[in-house]
Amino acid sequence: MALVLNEEQGMLRDSVNAFLSERAPVAHLRKLRDSRDAVGFDRPLWRQFAEQGYSAILVPEAHGGLGLGAVEAGIIGEALGRTLAPTPFLSTAVLAARTLARAGSQAQQAQLLPAIVAADLVIAVAIDEASKHRPAAIAAKAARDGNGLRLDGTKTFVLDGHVADRFIVAARTAERGLTLLLVDPRAAGVHVERTLMVDTHNAARLRFDGVRIEADAVLGGADAATAVLDEVLDLGRVVVAAQLLGLADAVFERTLAYLKERRQFDRAIGEFQALQHRAAELYIDIELTRALVLGALQAMDKDPAKAGLIVAQAKAHACTTANRAVQEGVQMHGGMGMTDEFDIGLYMKRARTLQELLGDAGFHADRVAAMSGY
Amino acid sequence: MSDLESFRRDARAWLEANCPAEMRQPVVSENDACWGGRHFKFQSEAQRTWMQIMGERGWTVPAWPKVYGGGGLSKEEAAVLNAEMRALGCRPPLVSFGIWMLGPALLAHGTEEQKLEHLPKIARGEIRWCQGYSEPNAGSDLASLATKAEVHGDHLLITGQKIWTSYADEADWIFCLVRTSVAKKHTGISFVLFDMESPGVSTRPILLISGKSPFCETFFDNVRVPRRNVVGELNAGWTIAKYLLTHEREMIGGIGERSNIKPLGEFAADAVGLDETGRLRETALRAQIARFEIDEAAFRMLMQATGDRARRGEGNPAMSSALKYYGAELNKRRWELMISAAGADGLEWEGERSREGTVARTWLRSKGNSIEGGTSEIQLNVVAKRILGLPGV
Repeated sequence: MALVLNEEQGMLRDSVNAFLSERAPVAHLRKLRDSRDAVGFDRPLWRQFAEQGYSAILVPEAHGGLGLGAVEAGIIGEALGRTLAPTPFLSTAVLAARTLARAGSQAQQAQLLPAIVAADLVIAVAIDEASKHRPAAIAAKAARDGNGLRLDGTKTFVLDGHVADRFIVAARTAERGLTLLLVDPRAAGVHVERTLMVDTHNAARLRFDGVRIEADAVLGGADAATAVLDEVLDLGRVVVAAQLLGLADAVFERTLAYLKERRQFDRAIGEFQALQHRAAELYIDIELTRALVLGALQAMDKDPAKAGLIVAQAKAHACTTANRAVQEGVQMHGGMGMTDEFDIGLYMKRARTLQELLGDAGFHADRVAAMSGY
Repeated sequence: MSDLESFRRDARAWLEANCPAEMRQPVVSENDACWGGRHFKFQSEAQRTWMQIMGERGWTVPAWPKVYGGGGLSKEEAAVLNAEMRALGCRPPLVSFGIWMLGPALLAHGTEEQKLEHLPKIARGEIRWCQGYSEPNAGSDLASLATKAEVHGDHLLITGQKIWTSYADEADWIFCLVRTSVAKKHTGISFVLFDMESPGVSTRPILLISGKSPFCETFFDNVRVPRRNVVGELNAGWTIAKYLLTHEREMIGGIGERSNIKPLGEFAADAVGLDETGRLRETALRAQIARFEIDEAAFRMLMQATGDRARRGEGNPAMSSALKYYGAELNKRRWELMISAAGADGLEWEGERSREGTVARTWLRSKGNSIEGGTSEIQLNVVAKRILGLPGV
């Protein structure tokens, strides 16, 4: 398959970029932050976003969705990275939508997937339990309780967890078995604490104290979540990689414009070779990430079970590139780059969070080594 | 089945039936490459056969027109052939500056007579070419070259010196930049072709830090060259030189991307061993190798994406500078990690155990990657100016 977007994908990219740059430029995030908004994203905007079909990308057509794939989800992710627009896209329209499409029963799908398409529900997926992403070490426990289960444990860094209408929780049901559970935030024993993060990201810590889970709230079979979870996590990782790519791209555009406009010693600072070479290296890194991320998105669509290696490569590479982009962005903007008034700092904060999300460069480099037999 | 799919099936069947087993072994060192030419010493009969049967089909240069000795394949078919060769582990049947550099330049700028005379011999591996570009005082600033060519009726007389001429001592012909006018720097240069056996040509190998001599000093003392061997117009050689440099950059960039080479992680696992959890015993090295392999994967994807974009007419010619820069730096990193993984064994300089010091010598040789074909610094200048539009000299 050619490593370029096809015509429809190109149109989707243009339309979502136009939509977000008009309705949710960086100023939109800044306004939510400054007003300490309780929701953290704009519900009317989320609805308009859904009206464009963007929340329906990964929902099968049978449930009112578009039935598209990772490449299209990545296009949306990249656009969100460019303007830092806060939406429940990743939690609800990517992680939850794919989990439900893969593991949900007919009834669960019929109830929840159309609600994702319509932006009626926010569904948060709860994986992490410690400060670093380590899905193999999930310890939240769901023990048999009559014909249902009883859930105990804690979750952290749960995107949109503070406003979610449902949680999908990964819990251990056997030594080597994980199970995915649908949990109602209003159920007895569920505690939700919003965590305000450096980048104004919407996340929460959750605690489950003996929460009763009915049998019909189990997603897929008991102990059978590992394969589904692997696929959902990899999909999330590559969409986050696309966000990092869009973010790096946007930072680089701004920085390059500044190099051409800012004058010192009677010339544009972009004339100085010390800066030219760093800009050129950063440009090449971004192009490398762009190619690798598209390759990983295409691999997810071809066969998710075989895409693990390239997804790990893409997430690691995107982390490194975005990190370099924001550091160079701040440095090349000089003192202005350190001011809150300038947007570049918002990009630096978001880049940090997206790096940590679903595994940082070190986590994925370790996976690459393990999957390559060393 | 689409035409492309049936081409894929036929190509695979033919390769499976005809590629000698020895030519499906991974390339270990540069000694494994087949360069062809009048005096080439084939490593084995299999190497000779592989070059000849592929040359007969035109598959040494699959996308060149058949009339010039090529395979006449479309870009898509050539890409399929390349993928199938990769999948089967087939070595390239022939590598040469004729294929990578002169061929594309002649196809774009040569006369019909020049194409018919030179291209088929390149395709069949009969003539090995070298490139006469750099001079002692014209390196990064190549257009300041001074090798003089005087026009005398139907021929030119060439006098001067070239340096860093790759394999000049093994090459049969040279494509060479000469000064035919001193009036202007860039528009006084001509692009000429001549036989290295012409009277007045001599070469002197330069011993490198690797202990090998892939480069020569090349001297011309009143070498007589027929006027019809000038490619393009007289004094218009710089355009061709630049065109050809983009192909050279892609080639050197491609060094970082050799598919038929053992993955670095595998090499390191053999060299330093794995612990009981299956991890490389040197944990810091393990992390560096993983980062390298991630960047290498990204580079492979970017090479592919650049090709795919070019096929759609969306390419930027200066992208070859970006690829050359990154490929060269990547290959240097590869060999730093290789020699680190090899440890004391990698330091052996002679003897069968080290295959005559292959690791140490290749490590040293790789240092030239970011100097030859335009230094890394020059490539970054090109990217900054031609792609990013940054101002300056």
